[in-house]
Amino acid sequence: MFQIFDVLIIVAVALNFMALGVSRIRGVINAVALQGVLLGIFPLFIHSELGLRGFALMAVAVILKGRVIPAFLIEAIREADIRHEVQPIVSFITSLLLGALGTALALVFSSTLPLTTEHTSLLLVPASFSTVWTGFLMLTTRRKAIMQVLGFLILENGILLFGLLLLEAMPFLVEAGVLLDLFTGVFVMGIIIHHISREFSSISTDDLSELKE
Amino acid sequence: MDTVIHNSIHVLLAFGLAPLLLGITNKTKAAFGGRVGPPVLQLYYDLAKLFRKGSVFSTTTTWMFCAGPVVGLVTSAICVLLLPLAGGSAPISFLGDPIMLVYLLGLGRFFTASAALDTGSPFEGMGAAREVTFACLAEPAFVLGLLVLARLSDSFQLSTMLGTSLATYWSSAGASLALVLVSWSIILLTENCRIPFDDPNTHLELTMIHEVMVLDHSGPALGMILYGAALKLFIFGALIVRLVFPPTSSGLLDWPLLAVGLLGVAIGLGVVESTMARLRLTHIPLFLVAACLLSGFGVILLLR
Repeated sequence: MFQIFDVLIIVAVALNFMALGVSRIRGVINAVALQGVLLGIFPLFIHSELGLRGFALMAVAVILKGRVIPAFLIEAIREADIRHEVQPIVSFITSLLLGALGTALALVFSSTLPLTTEHTSLLLVPASFSTVWTGFLMLTTRRKAIMQVLGFLILENGILLFGLLLLEAMPFLVEAGVLLDLFTGVFVMGIIIHHISREFSSISTDDLSELKE
Repeated sequence: MDTVIHNSIHVLLAFGLAPLLLGITNKTKAAFGGRVGPPVLQLYYDLAKLFRKGSVFSTTTTWMFCAGPVVGLVTSAICVLLLPLAGGSAPISFLGDPIMLVYLLGLGRFFTASAALDTGSPFEGMGAAREVTFACLAEPAFVLGLLVLARLSDSFQLSTMLGTSLATYWSSAGASLALVLVSWSIILLTENCRIPFDDPNTHLELTMIHEVMVLDHSGPALGMILYGAALKLFIFGALIVRLVFPPTSSGLLDWPLLAVGLLGVAIGLGVVESTMARLRLTHIPLFLVAACLLSGFGVILLLR
C-alpha cells in the first residue's frame, strides 16, 4: 500500500518539475490541475476510514482543483488575451536545477526533523517541502500575473501535503476554509488579471513596480 | 551447454533482428499516417543494397573519415555482447562492465563526430556539435540510472544489476526504478535521434542532428552506420525491456518475453513519433536535464 503511495508522491513531485520546466502556460495549468487531483485522492491512501464528510471534502477538493480552477484560468488566458509563453526571469533549466536543489535539501532537512515514527519512512514531508519551495520559485521567478496564481496554487498544494499528516487531528472546517480561501484567491486574482489587462497592454508584473499619481 | 545455447540465441537475435525494430517502427508510423509504408524488412534491403555499392571518398578526408563508421559499428556490436538479454549472463561479462558499456558508446560517438568534422563541411560540424552537446547531457542521466541499479543490487556487473533479483526491487524500491525507466526512455529517444529530439526522416540539413553527420558517407560505410544505429536502438530497447520485465529463473522462457518487449518498444516508438511534434532545438537540453534530474532523484531516494 505504502509502495503505491510513494510512487504517487513522486509523481506529484515530478509534476512540480513539469510546472517549472514547461514553456506554455496551459501546460503549467495542466500540471497544477493534475497535482491537485492527485493530492485530492491522497487521503484515501493514508486513512482507511474517511467517513462521509471526508469523502465529500475530497470530492469538492478534486472538482475544485482539477476542474473549476483550471477552467477559470484558461478562461482568464482567453479573455485577457495573454500570450501562451511563460517568460521566466531565470531560464527554465536554471529553475529546474533550483527545484532539484530544493528537493534534495528538503530530503536532507526532513530527515533531521523529529517526526513520529510512522511518518519518517513516508516521502510526504520532503515532498511537501519541495512543493512549497517550487511554489515560491514560481511566485518569484515568473513575470506574468497568471503564473503567480499558479505558483500560489502549488504553494497551497505543498501545505495540503503537509496537512495530510494531520488529517485526523485537523478539523474539516479548517480544510474547507482553506479550500474556500483558495477559490476566493484565484477568483480575485482572475479579476485583477482581467483589470490589469484592460488597463495596460500586458499583464507583466514588471510594469507594476512603479507607482504613479 | 546451456550457456552455448543462450549465447548463440543472443548473437542471432541481437544481430539478426536489430534492423527489424526500425522496420516495425516505420510501419507503425505509416499506419498512423494512413499509409501502407515501406515493408517491415526495408532496412535489410537497404543494407544489402548499400554493401554491394562502391564508396566515394572526398579528397579532403583522411583515415578518420573511414574509421568513423567502422568504430561506430564495432563499439555498438561489443555493447550488444555486454548486455544481458535473457537467462543468466551476457556473452561478455565481468566486474565493472557498465563502465565499459558507457565508454564504448562514448567512443563510438567520438569517432562518428570526428569523422563528421573530418569532411570539413560546415553542416557536418554543426551536426557534430549538436550531437556532442546533447550527449554530454544524456550520458549523466544514463549513468545515474546505472548507479541506481548498482546500488540496489550491490554489485557492479550488468548481469547481476539486471538479474533475477530485479523483480524484488520493483516492490521494495519501485519508485526509484520507475524514475530510471522514465529517464532511460528519454535517453532512448535522444540517443537514437527519434522525434521529439531529432527527426530521422528530415531532409533539411539545418534541422538535422545525427543525420547531418553522416551525409558524406556512402556505400558500405553508410550501411555500417545504418546497421550501427539499428544495434544502438536494440541496446537501449533491450535495457528498458530488461528493466521492466526482469528475467525469470526459467532460462529459455525469457527470450520470447524479450522479443515481445522489444516489439512493444518499437511500436511505442512509432506511436510517440506519430503523436508528438519535434521539440524546438533550444528546448532539448531542458528535457535532457529533466532526465538527469529524474535519474538523480532515483539515486537520492535510495540513499535516503
